[in-house]
Parts: sequence; C-alpha cells; structure tokens
Amino acid sequence: MNFETTIGLEVHVELKTKSKMYSPSPVAYGAESNINTNVIDFGFPGTLPTVNKNGYRLGVMVALALNAEIEKHTHFDRKNYFYPDNPKAYQITQQDKPLGHDGYIEIEVDGKKKKIGVEELHVEEDAGKNTHGNNGYSYVDLNRQGTPLIEIVSKPDMHSPEEAYQYLENLRKIVQFTGASDVKMEEGSMRVDTNISISPVGSDSYGTKVELKNLNSFNHVRLGLAYEEKRQAAILKSGGKIGQETRRFDEKTGETFLMRVKSGADDYRYFPEPDLPKYDISQEWIDEIKASLPESAKSRRTRYINELGIPEYDANVLTDTKEMADFFDEAVKYNANPKLVSNWLMGEVNAYMNEKRIGLQETKLTPEHLAKMINLISDGTISSKIAKKVFQETISNGTEPEEWVKSKGLVQESDPAVLKPMILEILDNNQQSIDDFKNGKDRAVGFLVGQIMKQTHGQANPKVVNKILMAELKSR
Amino acid sequence: MISKDEILHVATLANLKFQDDEVDSFVSQLGKIVGMESQLSSVDTTGIEPTYNMGDTNSVFREDKGIRTQTREQLLENVPETDNNLIKVPTIVDKEDDE
Repeated sequence: MNFETTIGLEVHVELKTKSKMYSPSPVAYGAESNINTNVIDFGFPGTLPTVNKNGYRLGVMVALALNAEIEKHTHFDRKNYFYPDNPKAYQITQQDKPLGHDGYIEIEVDGKKKKIGVEELHVEEDAGKNTHGNNGYSYVDLNRQGTPLIEIVSKPDMHSPEEAYQYLENLRKIVQFTGASDVKMEEGSMRVDTNISISPVGSDSYGTKVELKNLNSFNHVRLGLAYEEKRQAAILKSGGKIGQETRRFDEKTGETFLMRVKSGADDYRYFPEPDLPKYDISQEWIDEIKASLPESAKSRRTRYINELGIPEYDANVLTDTKEMADFFDEAVKYNANPKLVSNWLMGEVNAYMNEKRIGLQETKLTPEHLAKMINLISDGTISSKIAKKVFQETISNGTEPEEWVKSKGLVQESDPAVLKPMILEILDNNQQSIDDFKNGKDRAVGFLVGQIMKQTHGQANPKVVNKILMAELKSR
Repeated sequence: MISKDEILHVATLANLKFQDDEVDSFVSQLGKIVGMESQLSSVDTTGIEPTYNMGDTNSVFREDKGIRTQTREQLLENVPETDNNLIKVPTIVDKEDDE
C-alpha cells in the first residue's frame, strides 16, 4: 500500500515592536526578570488593554508580503485557558475575523514550482516564560507576556517533509525582508508547530492528524516529519490505527515520542473581547502599508542580476539575509563597483565573520567604509595587497580607510620616476635572474617583482612595476 | 437546564474543585440562570449582523512607545512568593509549551 502525506504548519512570529500588543510595557529580548511588565501584563482587575498600532501594521505587512487579503472589519477574541505564564487566564487573539486570509508562499522542490496556501494570519499575544525547578516549584517571568505575535496558518498543501522545509525557509526569508520580525528560531522569535497525517493514495479523506512539537530548527522539522511518515505508514501497514496525539521530537535519536493523547477538541470558549472595540481597517491604510513594504528578496535578486550584472549564484548569497542585502545596497549607493562589493562581501567579509563567529552587524565594518576601500583599490591609490591590511583595520576597529591609508603612508607607489631607479638597481644586483629569464624561466619575473615589493613594503603598483620590468628585461 | 457533567467540565476548565453537594447546588442554581438566558434564543435573529461590542468607539489604536507604568517592586508586592524577581508557583505539570 502506498500513502500520501499531508502536512500543515502553524508558525508563530514575534513582531518587532517597541511595546507589547495590548499594553505599553517595553519589549526586549533578554531583559532582567519581570522588569518589562505592568498591571495589564499581570492581569490585575480593572485594567484595560489597548491595541498597538505598529503591531497591527507589522501584521498587515507580513500578510501583504504573503499575498493575503486583508480583513477590513475585524475585532479581537478571547481564548480562555489557565496557565501561570498568563495571569489574565486568557489570550487576546483574532479567532473570528483574522487580520488576513488566503495568501500563498511559492516553493520549489526538485525543480518544480508550487504554491502553498496560507489559510489565515492573525495577531495575538505571547505568554510569559516558565522555568522548572526540581524542588516542586516553577518560576515565571512575565517579560514576554503580551509580546506581539502573528500566527501564520498554512493550508494542508504540503506533501513531503522537504516541501515543509522549503515553505519555512521561504516564509522566514519573506518575513525577514519585510523587517517585521527577526525570525530567529534560536531566540524564539519564530516557532513552528506541525500537523501531519498520511492516507492511502487515492483516498478522499485525510488520515488521523498527529501534532509534532519541540521543533527547534527547520532541519528538525524535516527530520521529525520524515520519521512520522515512516512510523505512521508502518502502523497502517500492520493493520493498526493512528492515535490522535501530540508527539515530541527527540533531536538526539531523531525519533518522535508520545507526549499526550488528545481527548476531544480543546475547549477554549472563545468569545469577542469585550474590552476592545471593533476595528475597521481602511483601504487607505492598507495602501500606505503596502507602499512602505521594503523590497523583497526575490525582487532584489532579480535586480542584482539584471541591473547590476551580479552572477546568479552571488545574487542568491547576497539575498540570503536582509542584513547582507541591505549592506550590499548601501555600499553600492556609495558608488562602489557592485561586482567588487559582492566579491568582498562573499569573500573576505564572510571569512572574517566565520572566523570570529559573528554576524555582519556585529563587525565594525560599515557599507561606506567598504565602498571607500574598494574605490581606493579601483583608482589605484592602494594595492590589493595593502587593501587586505586596510580591510582588517576597518572591519576590526571601524577605522575610516582613506585617512588611515594616508596617515600610515600606505598609498600605492605608481610613479615610474620613483619605481624605475629601484627596478634598475634590483636588476643590476640580480644578474642570475636576468639569465634565467633569457633561458625561458618565467619564475625569475616573480622573484624580481617580489624583490621590488619587499623594498617598497608592498606599496609598488604591480601593474606599473611589471610594465617597467618587462621592458627592461627584454632590452638587456 | 445544565447537567452535572457540564458543571464538572466547566469546573475543570476553571481549575476549580468542588464537593459533591456543592456540584448539586450548582446544577440547580446555574440551571436557572442558563434557563433564563436561553429565552434569548427564542428571538429570531435571521439576517441580523452580530454585535461584537456595545461601545460606540471604533478602531482605537495606541502608538508604539515602550513605557514602564509600575515598578517591578510594586507589581511583585501582591505575588505570594518570589525568588530572584521570578514568580514562584507550584510545579506546572502536563503542559508542553515551555522550554
């Protein structure tokens, strides 16, 4: 018997706001325990929520970037549950009229393009964070309570773990390029829940849905789903039944194990949030948000290839993160040659980041400095050898390249009137090399250039040196 | 009318535990309330838009500025037990969403 896999994903993304979704408490990752809280986050009686305009705006941005329709007439709903990480005992969400609906994400697997539907997107609030002691107590930090989230619910359109992986990769990239979220799995600003079922090929109904949790990376999603596909198929083949359950992925074994059996649907007793009014989202505001959307990765990639002459592979690397693409665009604005900027970013800059294990923003390099340095090479002020020194200085200490080069006397020597006497002297002292050259040993040229470089501390312009040297060698 | 099972279900959702005789009294008390409210269902609401909110305000937003309105000390004053500025609660079991 052959089976068909059906996968749906629910992704929570933290929106990058200064304050919480329904309270003015500051939002900051890694702050002191319970410092960014107020009476609303603590669920004190008599407090009232207010809706963060920017939180909603970022939600609309994400929805637009995912090609969704924006709901014009909406309201908020209460989802009721008891848990210490949310003292209000309810989450304010949008159950009835989600912010956006019917979007899609394009993916490509094995050369085949496919659209994965986005059922709906809604804004809601995050819960606090619990840590568990082994002394019979848990400890609650409410800093995260109320942080704006957008939940993105896919349609059950994915049929392999690889498709789910591509969906997540593309979703992450699209959201990151809107600037609405950092979308970092490792910091919890992006979280993934998956549903997977299998059914015999040709069957007109879905199999029993299993929920998969504790997926800390996209790769774990892929591995966990692949394991589930096999596990479920083995059960069905041996005549068993799939239980409606929540399972947990164990990254050590690559297996999933039972967390709990679902007994009936969760009972959250949703009802319209009485503490918030209804919201009309005007077409004018939607248009304004649309116009403010930063250029997407896809569009930048096309522009780099078609307008800037960047090779396809390089364009892919440059648009892998918004950080890199923004840096590239900015450096090009300072009139540096795009291809050279790209080469430096993919080469030396990347190597530096890997060596120090840091991100681009954690280096001291600015787009302006990189552009200046590249232009110093292009106009012959410094040699590419000296450029490596300048680069190390500017990326490590944030030094302005032009002034540094001048103050350190690193300007390239291109004046034949200065270089020629030096070259003549070196030739006079190295008759052996001249003989070698005459006997067809090209290596001799390299040796002589090396001598000149040594004498000028690497500052001689290699092009000029070569020209003079070759003319001189031939004439002797 | 409300059944004993429904009362027990709602009690579980609300994290409340009751003695048997208490549950019986709720069956009769809540039964009366639900019965009275159910009169509303006799009104024909065909074609009427649902009312989500009784207020006359609409689309009120707050500007995104992070401010602290209370100090942590004030907020933790009413917390039964704290440890290192964290709220100490009995161990949370059988929930999966936390790290």
